[in-house]
Amino acid sequence: MISFTVNGKTHRVDVEPDTPLLWVLRENLGLNGTRYGCGVALCGACVVHVNGEPARSCTTRVSEVAGKKITTIEGLSRDGSHPLQKAWIAEEVPQCGYCQSGQIMSAAALLAKNKSPSDAEIERAMDGHICTCGTYNRIRKAIHAAAAMMRKGA
Amino acid sequence: MRATVNQDRRTFLKASAAAGGGLVIGFYLPGASGIAEAAAGPAKLNAFVKIGTDGKVTFMCSQSEMGQGCHNALAMMIAEELEVDFKSVRIEQGGIDPAFANPRYVGFRAVGGAQGTGGSSSVRNVGVNVRRAGAAARFMLITAGAERMKELRSECVAENGYVVHKPSGRKVSYGALANDAARQVAPDDPVLKQPSEFKILGKRTPRHDTLLKVAGKPIYGLDVKRPGMLIATVAKCPVFGGKVRSFNAGRALKVKGVKKVVQIGSGVAVVADSFWAAKKGRDALEITWDEGPMAKVSSPGMYQKWAELAKGPTAAERLKVGDVPAALAGGAKRVEAAYEVPFLAHVCMEPMNATAHFKGDSVEIWAPTQAQSWNQHWVSQLTGLPPKAITVHTTYLGGGFGRRLESDYVLDAVETSRAAGNVPVKVVWTREDDIQHDFYRPASYNVFEAALGPDGMPTAWRHRIVGASILQYFKTFAHFLRKDGLDPTSVQGAADYFPYDIANVYVDYVNNNPGVPSGFWRSVANSQNGFLMESFIDELAHAAGKDPYQYRRQLMAKPHAARLRAVLDLAAQKAGWGKPLPSGVHRGIAAHFSYNSYCAQVAEVSVAKDGKVKAHRVVAAIDPGWIVNPNTIEAQIEGGIFYGLTAALYGEITIRNGRVEQSNFNDYKIARMDEMPKVEVHILQGKGEQGGIGEPGVPPIAPAVCNAIFAATGKRIRKLPIKPEMLRA
Repeated sequence: MISFTVNGKTHRVDVEPDTPLLWVLRENLGLNGTRYGCGVALCGACVVHVNGEPARSCTTRVSEVAGKKITTIEGLSRDGSHPLQKAWIAEEVPQCGYCQSGQIMSAAALLAKNKSPSDAEIERAMDGHICTCGTYNRIRKAIHAAAAMMRKGA
Repeated sequence: MRATVNQDRRTFLKASAAAGGGLVIGFYLPGASGIAEAAAGPAKLNAFVKIGTDGKVTFMCSQSEMGQGCHNALAMMIAEELEVDFKSVRIEQGGIDPAFANPRYVGFRAVGGAQGTGGSSSVRNVGVNVRRAGAAARFMLITAGAERMKELRSECVAENGYVVHKPSGRKVSYGALANDAARQVAPDDPVLKQPSEFKILGKRTPRHDTLLKVAGKPIYGLDVKRPGMLIATVAKCPVFGGKVRSFNAGRALKVKGVKKVVQIGSGVAVVADSFWAAKKGRDALEITWDEGPMAKVSSPGMYQKWAELAKGPTAAERLKVGDVPAALAGGAKRVEAAYEVPFLAHVCMEPMNATAHFKGDSVEIWAPTQAQSWNQHWVSQLTGLPPKAITVHTTYLGGGFGRRLESDYVLDAVETSRAAGNVPVKVVWTREDDIQHDFYRPASYNVFEAALGPDGMPTAWRHRIVGASILQYFKTFAHFLRKDGLDPTSVQGAADYFPYDIANVYVDYVNNNPGVPSGFWRSVANSQNGFLMESFIDELAHAAGKDPYQYRRQLMAKPHAARLRAVLDLAAQKAGWGKPLPSGVHRGIAAHFSYNSYCAQVAEVSVAKDGKVKAHRVVAAIDPGWIVNPNTIEAQIEGGIFYGLTAALYGEITIRNGRVEQSNFNDYKIARMDEMPKVEVHILQGKGEQGGIGEPGVPPIAPAVCNAIFAATGKRIRKLPIKPEMLRA
C-alpha cells in the first residue's frame, strides 16, 4: 500500500510501485483531468504539482510520491475560479482542450514563484508543453492576465 | 406524429412529442432505420432540438467536437432560428442515426450520406438542416401560441422564448406551448431568417465548453469507464501490412494484472485490469512477424521511383487548358522545378483509443470519433451484425485533424472485446502506436514546368504530382477513385480551382504507393498542393523580376479569382506589404482556396546564421462566405496556421524497411510556445455560399514562410520540412 495526499484528501492505493502516478490518478482515483499524451515527459499533458512543484505524472512512479502532497487540475479550485482558469475563459484559450489541464498546472506553478513573469519567462516555464491546436498565444496572454489579477488580489 | 417530405433534400422533417412532454424536431430518411422507427419510443429519438414543457431547449448535435467549435456554432444556429437566448440552449452530443447524415458525404449510402465530421463541413453542410429544425420549431410554436391566445397567427411573433401577440403585448412561453406544438405537422420547408434579421449569427459568442475544459472535466475517449471494463494495448507489426506468424504469451500472462492475451486482426492484444499492466504485458510478449513485402521499402527508394515516374509517359490527366507543349516550346523564358513533400502524422493530443462492448447480437462503442457511420459500417462488416445493432457513443475528441475519420482503432476495441469473451474493453494506443500506425498525409514528388512571355507573365504551367493516394485506403470512398488511378483527394487544390489566368495549363497525377497507409490530414491535399502552387508561382514572379504580391494579383484577373484576390489584397494591406521591416526580417505571401473559403497570409520571417527559421508574425485574411462566430474563425485560422507551420518546420514521417522511423515527440517534433508567431486574422464578409473554417487556414502558411525564406536568403525550399542545414549561411 502506498499512501499520499491528492487535493487535500489522503489516499492509500494497492498498485505496483512502478506504476506511473498518471495512471493511478486516472484509473484508481478517477481523476481524469490529468491527461496522457506521450508517456515519456515530452508533452506536458500530465503535469500535476507534487509538494507544490510541477511534475510529469507520466514518468513519476507512484512509489516516489509516498507521503507527498499532490495537486491536480481538479484541486486547483472548486469551481473553475482560480485566476488562471478565469483568464483562460476570458481569452477563450481551449480548442480541443486536451492539453489545457497540464498547461494550467505549469502556469500555476510559475505564478506561485513569479508574480510578474515576462514573455521570455513564460515561454521558458511553458516550454515543456505541446498544444497541436496552436493555442500558445492565448495561453501566454492568459498567464499575463492571471498574474495581473493575482497581483490585485483576485 | 406526422412527417412532411422535403423531396429535393431527401430528408423528412419530423415533429413529435418528447418523452415526458415537450416538442422534438428531427429528421429521418426514407427506408432507413432511425427516427421513423424510434418514433414509437420517444426516449430513443435522435433529434436535433427538443423544447421541454419547462421551456428548456436542448440541442442534440450530430457532429463531433474536436476543438473546432462546431457544437457552439450549430447551437448558435438553433438559437437564432428558434428565437431564444444562446446561453439558454443546452448542447448535447447526439447519438448515431441515419437521420444525422452529413449531406457532404453523399455516396456512402444511396440516400443521405454518412454521419461524420470532416471536410470543414459541419456549419456549411449540416448547418442548413439545423436551421431548418430550429425554424420549423419556431413556426409550430407561433401557430400554437396564436391558437392559445385566440389571435391571428399573422399578428404573433417569436421573441426570446415566448410567442408574443404584437398588438396586445400578451405572450405565452415556449414551455407552455411545447405540447400543443408537438401535435402539429412540421412545415415542409420552414422559412429561414434573413441575415438582416440575425441577432446571434455573426456576433462574437464565447464557447459553451470552456469552463469544462479549464477544469479538466470534459469526457474524452480515454476517460470512458464501463462496469467491468478491462484495458488493452495492442502489439502491431512494425512493418506496414505485416502479420502475426506466431506469438508466445507466457511471460505477458505472468505480469500482475494481465488477464488475457488474444490475437486480433491488427496484432496481439494484451487485456489487463490497468493500462500499466497492459503495457508491461505487451512489452513481455514474444511475437514473430511475417513482415511481408513492405520490409524492403524505404523512403529514399520511394522518392527515387517517384522521380522516375515523374518523367514517364503514363499519368492520369486532371486539367487541360490550351496547348502546354507548344506554349512551353515557344516561351521567352522557361522555369523548371522539382518539389518533395513528406508523409505527415496527425498527432492528436489524445492518442487513438476506443471502448467497445461486443455482446453477441449487438455492439456498443464509445469513441472519440469523427466517423460514426463509417465506424458502424466497418464494425458491421467485421461482425456480420446489421448496422442498427451497432451503437456509437461519441465523446469529446482530444484533437481530430482527420485521423479519427478512420475506424482502425474502433475495430481494435470491438475485436478485443469479442476475443476477450464479450467484456467491455478500452483499447489504448501509446503515442508510439499513434505515430507509427497512422494514416499519413500523402507524400508526393512533383515536377513543374512553366514558360514566361516577354512581359514575364506565365504562358504555360505544367504540374505533375506523383505519390500516395488516400482513396486507396479509404475504401468507402473507393468509387471516387478513377480507373486511370486519378484520386481527386490527391490533386485537390492543384487543379480543381486554378486561380491564375494562364492560357495553357496541364496538371496530371501518377498514383503510386508501395503501401504506406494514407489518410485525410487537416486540409487534405490542399496542404501540399497549396504549398506547391504558391511556391512555384513565387518562383515565376522572381524569375520575371516582379513583386510576388503584384504578380499574383495581376494573374487573378478573372472573375472566379476575385474573392481570392480580395483576401490577397487585404492580407498585403494589413501586413504593410512593401513597407520596411526590422533588419533581417522578410515577408512572404501566399493565397489558397479550399473548402469554399478564401485565405491569404503574409508571413514575416527571419533566418539565423545557423539556418534556424523564425516566423515572427503572420497576417491572415479570410473570406468564409458569411460569418457565424468571429471568435471561432479567429481561433481556427490561428490553429490552422500553427498546424501548417509546425508541419513545415518539423513534420516528416520517414520509412526504413517498411517501418516508421519516428516514434514520439522527440523525433516527431511539434513547435513550442516560443515558436508561435503573432497572428492577426482579418475577416472579410464575402457574398457567397458558406465556406468552411477548420481547414482553410492551413494551406497558405508553409508557402508564405518559404517565400519569406527566399526573400531573406535567396534559397528556395523545394523539400519539406524546412531544415536548418538547407539554410546555413
